[in-house]
Amino acid sequence: MATVSSEALGLWRWGRRKVAEAILDLGDLSIFAFHILAGMRRRSSYNTLLPISYSVGVRSIPVVTITGLFIGMVLAVQAYAEFYHLGLATRLGQIINISVVRELGPVLAAVMLAGRVGSAMAAELATMRITEQIDALACLGVYPVHYLGTPRFLASVSLIPLLTILANFMGVLGGALICIDVYHVESHHYWENVRGYIGMWDLMTGLIKPIFFGAAIAIICCHRGFYSEAGAEGVGRAATRAFVLSFIVVLVLDFFLAMFLNNLYDYLWPQARHML
Amino acid sequence: MSEALISLQQVTMQFEAQRVLHAIDLDIQRGQTVGIIGESGCGKTVLLKLIIGLLRPTVGRVIFDGKDLTKLSERELTRQRLRFGFLFQGAALFDSLSVYDNVAFGLRAQGRKSEAEIRELVCNRIQEVGLPLSVLDKKPAELSGGMKKRVGLARALALDPEVMLYDEPTTGLDPIMTDVINELILQTRRRRPVTSIIVTHEMKTVNKVSDRVVMLYPLSRLKPGEPQILFDGTPEQLRACADPRVRQFIEGEARDRLQELATKA
Repeated sequence: MATVSSEALGLWRWGRRKVAEAILDLGDLSIFAFHILAGMRRRSSYNTLLPISYSVGVRSIPVVTITGLFIGMVLAVQAYAEFYHLGLATRLGQIINISVVRELGPVLAAVMLAGRVGSAMAAELATMRITEQIDALACLGVYPVHYLGTPRFLASVSLIPLLTILANFMGVLGGALICIDVYHVESHHYWENVRGYIGMWDLMTGLIKPIFFGAAIAIICCHRGFYSEAGAEGVGRAATRAFVLSFIVVLVLDFFLAMFLNNLYDYLWPQARHML
Repeated sequence: MSEALISLQQVTMQFEAQRVLHAIDLDIQRGQTVGIIGESGCGKTVLLKLIIGLLRPTVGRVIFDGKDLTKLSERELTRQRLRFGFLFQGAALFDSLSVYDNVAFGLRAQGRKSEAEIRELVCNRIQEVGLPLSVLDKKPAELSGGMKKRVGLARALALDPEVMLYDEPTTGLDPIMTDVINELILQTRRRRPVTSIIVTHEMKTVNKVSDRVVMLYPLSRLKPGEPQILFDGTPEQLRACADPRVRQFIEGEARDRLQELATKA
């Protein structure tokens, strides 16, 4: 009996410590985010924006292109059999494109950004931390969070919508390629159904969400890099944690933003859903 | 004696459960060259980072030129840091920038000089540390350890600091390059009225460049109530010091340390 109660006490203490650590970490992350935003007022924060934008945006194009294309193609392959048996093959474009534009495109671009760019950001900043380059910046009269964090934040926030547009385009193209060229769905009806089903609101929500994803990825990854533990292991851990945490945050944010935007739609156009 | 330029008052530094420095009192006068020695892990580098405000002490005050660095805002602290030059242990050159851009970095960040003035100053500093101008376009990865240290010194000197902080400036260098760095520290002191603090393990560096030596001892090895500064005096006094712990360090003898480490393991 005494053993059980001491184990329960140990578990309670462990849980309490973990919750306290999570709250402290969240507070630290919020202060870090505030400093990154404050850096937007400083001219020095824009000095490295161009090369960082190149790394974040241009170098992500191949991977976003390929993944977008294949996601669209896979969706078409998986959905075709069901829709064909129901006699709705010409409506395939609706389900493929709404999935791509509303969800898969933004989330895919965000995951690619977190995986390709975010973890690299964390590893780069962690290496700068352990080789004292971040301390050297502070000694040379530069505030490191402004110099290193703000341009990465700006590049991520501004370029992720463009990557999303690319992922959307490739996904739509991939779906159409399989449906029209492989399964010989009649192209006129395929595109007509898509046109009538996907509206400006769908496109807009698909482009609003990535801005939040980009901000979350940049803040989390820079923060993990800035406060990395020492050694090669510390750098590796910072990169992994940066990706895992930003991936989870992207999915959680996606859920809440989808809820919020759907409610907003219902509030702005209460009759619209009944007309569909 | 005039008021100290740098004054550490009852400084204690703790990282989570690990206490590195305890109740340190240290005054450094303007123009002094102070060598800080001690075993690895006794808090020498932490002390240096406290002096420049890269770390804030858990307890105590760090006074620089009458200002308490622990109470300054980040903006004011950044301004004060520009009065220091810091040569990091691994030089801490920015990998992605050329040697020229590394040395010019601080000057550009200030935004007070034209690019032509910056170029002239960078060339002067690079020549001052004995490097050819051909290194200017190289990346840090293309340089040897000694060259990196000298570029790091040129970068630190570019802003004409009042205080130079050297963190193990000769570690990992061959004996000749070690002496080159020692000569550069002396040359820096001769050319400008700079106060220098040198963290080092090298007794040759201490004897050659310091006019005052401070020895720190690891907290874990101290008896209760003992001060962490084991020795504070001139290099001559250090050589004559009878304390067996000081003698063990300056003579570089393991004595019973190996057995002690084996017991701990």
